[in-house]
Amino acid sequence: MTAVAAPRQAPDLREAKGWRRSKNRIMTILMVAAFVITLIPLGFVLFTVIAKGASIISWQFLTGSPIPPNVLPAGIGGMWPAVLGTLLITGLATLMAVPLGVLGAIYLNEYGGRGWLAALIGFMSDVMTGVPSIVMGLFIFSIWVLHFGYSGLAGAFALGCLMLPIVIRSSYEMLRLVPDPLREASYALGATKSRVTLTVVLPAALGGIVSGALLAIARAAGETAPLLFTILVVSTPNANVFSGPNTSLPSQIFSNATQPYVGAQDRGWGAALTLIAICFILMIAARIVTARFTRYSR
Amino acid sequence: MEQPEQNVVAQTETKTELPKPAALHDTRPSDAAVSATTGATVFETKNVSIYYSSFRAVTDVSLTIHENEITAFIGPSGCGKTTVLRTLNRMNDLIPGARVEGDVQYRGASLYAPGVSPISVRRRIGMVFQKPNPFPKSIYDNVAYGPRINGIRNKAKLDEIVEKSLHGAALWDEVKNRLNKSGLGLSGGQAQRLCIARTLAVEPDVVLMDEPCSALDPIATGRIEDLMHEIKSQYTIVIVTHNMQQATRVSDRTAFYSVLRDEKSDTRTGVLVEYGRTAQIFEDPQDNRTQAYVTGRMG
Amino acid sequence: MKADPASPAGSAPLSQQRPLGDRGFQILALASGLLVLVILVLIAVSTSQQAASWFSTEGLKIFTNNWDPATNHFGVLGFIYGTALTALIAVILAVPVSVGIALLLTEVVPYRWSRPIVYVVDLLAVVPSVVWGLWGILVFVPWIQHIYASVGSGVNGVPVLGALFGPPTSGASFLTAGIILAFMITPIVTSLSREVIATVPQIDREGAYALGATRWEMITGAVWPHSQGGVVGAVLLGLGRAMGETIAAALVIGSAVNVITTHLTVPGYNMPAVIANQFGEASGTFRAGLMGLGVLLFVFTIIINVLARGIVERSARRKRGA
Repeated sequence: MTAVAAPRQAPDLREAKGWRRSKNRIMTILMVAAFVITLIPLGFVLFTVIAKGASIISWQFLTGSPIPPNVLPAGIGGMWPAVLGTLLITGLATLMAVPLGVLGAIYLNEYGGRGWLAALIGFMSDVMTGVPSIVMGLFIFSIWVLHFGYSGLAGAFALGCLMLPIVIRSSYEMLRLVPDPLREASYALGATKSRVTLTVVLPAALGGIVSGALLAIARAAGETAPLLFTILVVSTPNANVFSGPNTSLPSQIFSNATQPYVGAQDRGWGAALTLIAICFILMIAARIVTARFTRYSR
Repeated sequence: MEQPEQNVVAQTETKTELPKPAALHDTRPSDAAVSATTGATVFETKNVSIYYSSFRAVTDVSLTIHENEITAFIGPSGCGKTTVLRTLNRMNDLIPGARVEGDVQYRGASLYAPGVSPISVRRRIGMVFQKPNPFPKSIYDNVAYGPRINGIRNKAKLDEIVEKSLHGAALWDEVKNRLNKSGLGLSGGQAQRLCIARTLAVEPDVVLMDEPCSALDPIATGRIEDLMHEIKSQYTIVIVTHNMQQATRVSDRTAFYSVLRDEKSDTRTGVLVEYGRTAQIFEDPQDNRTQAYVTGRMG
Repeated sequence: MKADPASPAGSAPLSQQRPLGDRGFQILALASGLLVLVILVLIAVSTSQQAASWFSTEGLKIFTNNWDPATNHFGVLGFIYGTALTALIAVILAVPVSVGIALLLTEVVPYRWSRPIVYVVDLLAVVPSVVWGLWGILVFVPWIQHIYASVGSGVNGVPVLGALFGPPTSGASFLTAGIILAFMITPIVTSLSREVIATVPQIDREGAYALGATRWEMITGAVWPHSQGGVVGAVLLGLGRAMGETIAAALVIGSAVNVITTHLTVPGYNMPAVIANQFGEASGTFRAGLMGLGVLLFVFTIIINVLARGIVERSARRKRGA
């Protein structure tokens, strides 16, 4: 056969037919379907909370007090005790957990190096993020409430334990991203390690650290379980976070959820909308901080 | 005998000889035809320019790659030789924003025509990469991967193909007793030959090589160059290399690329400067830039 | 007066020790780090102490399925079963979805489109547990009750399906809790899987494509072998999270004690839910028993998390070394 003489047919480069192409298509569709599946419950929840809660929310609802008994309809009293409690308790927990968490991350990244202790602390800190929040509540109950009674402070301790490993991990990641030449320049000017860390490294990582802290606060604000045995839900506001039982938005939602009375349920939806709004605002704030104020990101 | 392409799966299952993709049946030359068709065109590019979004990476490349030859692309870094190579098997498709203008013909069929499947293209035009990239699987599964995705499930057939491909890559003797060990445990040179075996296992028409020896020591490099000479008669090879001695050692033709600098926009665009038989490029270059590069004054 | 180059103006003499403040800061940082270990130890010790009376009076009877505080029975097998069952359901439902989304983000979707998808997943994570529970008990449960009822009557008597889904059915049940837990663990399994899959070297993907693979073939050939270890770790973390999730489960699981059955659509209980619901009225051995459940929960989740993190670490290390 003289291939030169006979004209060759150009190769057919079209789509390979059959099962390979179909299988690829089906798998891609399944992956998209996976995403769509998550939209359904999310949309459902948000829609319901907004629809049912919007009519309840009002200035009166947010600032009125005390929380009325469950039988009463919405419109009487308000959720102020819970709002106040959430703000105070979460705030106190933040004041405790964030500085300690950042310091812990500083130890891990700046001082610990590759030592076994730093590796252990880092590993156990990650493991600690998996400890159920109710266990934190039981812990603080055993170690504090039994001796000093229920208080917002106890709740703050429990939330703080929850936040601590989260803040450590996110701050550590941010500190790692600060380039070494920055540190070296500062050392070369004669600064001590603490000075280098506080005046150069921390400011450089600050945006990311704040963003991580905001997300930890959002998580803590929504937690109920750690507060169950530490603050003992009440219906009047307690501005003294250090003594006496207290309440919070999640706690109220929890106790209202099981009530058969419409009024209580309505208040539950209103509180849920308030809570989601708070968490949402914190999440948006974290994104803005990341976008505008973070100098070194992955 | 011209055969229209059939469903690849059906063909490979019913043949009794070693499986070949049906479409190649009419494009692969028989031994007798080799000498008569040396010089047959495998690739023809006409005024091909390659863009990444609005940036023109390579401009106006026109050349012809001939069957059963080894063609080398040489040139300073950033001149686009790898970009042009990847255009030949549609690997640039993987880069978002990449597009090709001009015509790239493969044995008379346009590679970038609408309806062309990159998967079909890549099965015929294989590629070996700069850094050996064996899959985290056994040596056997590495080589069998290509045939398996093309529908070959029969264990005996797969065994045959694996052995043949490993022989073809001059690796069989070294690994025949440890086919089940991970491909990641091989030395650099062995890993690269494994990648070559993997490529040969799908029985391509063309093998593209992107600086295949740059991560290897001289001895491993030499073995791969010997391999290229051995398999040349069955495949068409295009190799990108920054090593001019390698180009003179292995290639029949050489394409020299260089960089065009646009002072106004401060961009660098690759351009094909000269293309011809290797001996001519290195001993009697026609263009000044070529001469500057091959004599070591530039690049 | 000529300045002494060995001690420029304002600096301490070269021979001086590290200033006190610097030392103090280092100690402070170390102490903060150690706090993690201290807290973990304290948790173990204090809760075990509180649970001691339960362990000692019940002994091995704690693993019986008989929880009845009124008659001094404190066997918790039913709660352990419920925890395992709901966590399993959650993982079975969430893992395909989470891995699917992770693959979608890393392999399919161009970068521009990935941001909205990540936003949605993050939004899922931001919804607090109690809101899932509120919606669950007031909206989801009444709605799904009808579905359970019709499916239940449909499969009544059918061999395997009947045992799982047959009557009697209830909206608040193991399955409902598992479903809601699945919603809640999807974000964490997705983001961890995504991190793992993103570390697969691009050159491996190109190697598969260069052989003429379709995208799915590339995923199974090049991506999956690299990331299977890490994804297993992510799944374990999701499992741990599902086990410990309290409030949503407490509201929708049905609050029925001592239920060990194949039926998925019946009310039951799990460990964190019973602690949450019954702690308020508990005292003495009753309370010690609930504390003991907390101890068990702590131990289980620590083990799972250590395993999971270890697996993720190892696969990451192997990749870096290879």
